[in-house]
Amino acid sequence: MNNLNVAKIQLNGNPYKINHGTNLNELLNKLRIEKNKVAIEVNGEIVDRNKYSNLILNKDDKVEIVHFIGGG
Amino acid sequence: MAEDTFTIANKNFISRLIVGTGKYKNFEETAKAVRASGADIVTVAVRRVNILKKDEPLLMDYLDPKTITYLPNTAGCFSSEEALRTLRLAREMGGWTLVKLEVLGDKKTLYPNMIETIKSTEVLVKEGFEVMVYCTDDPIMTKKLEDVGACAIMPLGAPIGSGLGIQNETNIKLIKEQSSVPVIVDAGVGTASDATIAMELGCDGVLINTAIAEAKDPILMAESLKYAVISGRKAFKAGRMKKRKYASASSPDENLI
Repeated sequence: MNNLNVAKIQLNGNPYKINHGTNLNELLNKLRIEKNKVAIEVNGEIVDRNKYSNLILNKDDKVEIVHFIGGG
Repeated sequence: MAEDTFTIANKNFISRLIVGTGKYKNFEETAKAVRASGADIVTVAVRRVNILKKDEPLLMDYLDPKTITYLPNTAGCFSSEEALRTLRLAREMGGWTLVKLEVLGDKKTLYPNMIETIKSTEVLVKEGFEVMVYCTDDPIMTKKLEDVGACAIMPLGAPIGSGLGIQNETNIKLIKEQSSVPVIVDAGVGTASDATIAMELGCDGVLINTAIAEAKDPILMAESLKYAVISGRKAFKAGRMKKRKYASASSPDENLI
């Protein structure tokens, strides 16, 4: 019955399990990622950094978290 | 003293050398090379965070975007959609509107796809971005880019990472002559003399990555390129002598013993 509390999302192209009701802030905390160093897209839409705590993730959501790396 | 400042999209910079931050051994080497180059602007790429590697070191921890201008690029994008998505994410991340657009057309040559590039520039300008554009050294294409609002034109000297030096000096010169926005040679510079030539042709700046990162001593090469760009710029401003076919003695002929 545990599964009821768990939702599977796609995180950066891979399946990832979260608890139901997890918002983006909570996801970042769990991943130990500082929110001012990344940008997030959910289902193809960029999410405003100030709205991370309002955005609750649903089953099958496609989440992309990106950052700056070295490049030319 | 009149400063020879370098202005892009109404922002003033001192160094005319822009450096990439890719291909280095680690972020420490990247930061040292950037410092040695004296660059005010660095290009950066946008990629997925590695979810499995927690507390991974970040570029931002080594190069502070508050003290150096981050120029997000679209390297690796082969369509307008990919490039637009990347730069919109970059803007959300840093709040910067100054970006470098490159839409590639071929994996082997990394030549830009100019049709997609022009299309993307138009959209980005409408969305409020200030777009520096990697492009072919074709004066008709660069004119089009300027017409749709590019804030800087960045023609390739030679294919990305090739280190072949400027292959078509005539075109680079033509582009510079007709452009009212800065012209920055992007790609193809292999060593100091290539950067100097770009500047002697009258270009406003040079963007270099591989020539530094793949040098035996990247930090020393970064410093060398800093002087190469300054040197080429001063030579351009000074105005070179006319070439002549025969010798012209430097010592006077009068009062010979």
